[in-house]
Amino acid sequence: MSLIDFANPTRFLALTARILPWLMASTVILLTIGLYQSAAAPDDYQQGATVKIMFIHVPNAWLSMFVWGVMSLASLGTLVWRHPLADVAAKSAAPIGAAFTFLALVTGSLWGRPMWGTYWEWDARLTSVLILFLMYLGLMALWRAVEDPSRAARAAAVLTLVGAINLPIIKFSVDWWNTLHQPASVLRMGGSTLDRAFLIPLLVMAIAFTLLFFTLQLAAMRNEILRRRVRSLQMMQASQKAA
Amino acid sequence: MSLGPYASFIVTAYALVALVLAILIGWIAIDYRNQTQRLRALEESGVARRSGRSAVEM
Repeated sequence: MSLIDFANPTRFLALTARILPWLMASTVILLTIGLYQSAAAPDDYQQGATVKIMFIHVPNAWLSMFVWGVMSLASLGTLVWRHPLADVAAKSAAPIGAAFTFLALVTGSLWGRPMWGTYWEWDARLTSVLILFLMYLGLMALWRAVEDPSRAARAAAVLTLVGAINLPIIKFSVDWWNTLHQPASVLRMGGSTLDRAFLIPLLVMAIAFTLLFFTLQLAAMRNEILRRRVRSLQMMQASQKAA
Repeated sequence: MSLGPYASFIVTAYALVALVLAILIGWIAIDYRNQTQRLRALEESGVARRSGRSAVEM
């Protein structure tokens, strides 16, 4: 089955109905394992038990950028290939990405207060993630402001691709500028600097959160397809009444 | 399991993540119910898709 086969919304809905229960079950199992491992992880020699915030902060931070990456690919699908599900995917991902970005900011703040002595600092990493959050909100506002989904899709796709410039800025902000936020410790040249006792629960939680994203994304895409069916049926109903 | 002197920060962080994710999941579930109800109502009022298939068909 090729990618073009999924261009048919009815076929996509059928596939979603089959995949969603498995995705949900996998997410719950991995989240349970990840939470157990996070609870059982030892205290850090410097941070003590606050290191446990890392197991939820880092997956949310990764997903805040990953979701924008998914939206950027979907935007290419809208502008270049005009795939009928591309803008459905982009629109559905925005609120989910906004939620993950919000959680990355808040959990980072709650981790920063005991470790850095402050909830917030206008350093490059924190500020660029805040800008990402505001861009998610802007995109959601744009989708709501334009009534015609295809017109909104093109404008949102351009904005998403322009906003993708922020992703490398977020990633490398800790290398390019002198920041209060620590440099990369997992995805870096030379391998992770984290001890296995922290790295394994972190990776399990990251995979669990990624599965959670795909679960929510498929469910939200299904809703958006149904919403568009409602809209087209309402338009048919209105034209029948007018005739 | 002792969470040390900063237990309130750790518990608040986990509780907030749980709360926001629960709201997100609930919002998506309610949205699904609303859309399927609206589609059924439209079908019952006699509006049909051009393909003739049910609008809530998966």
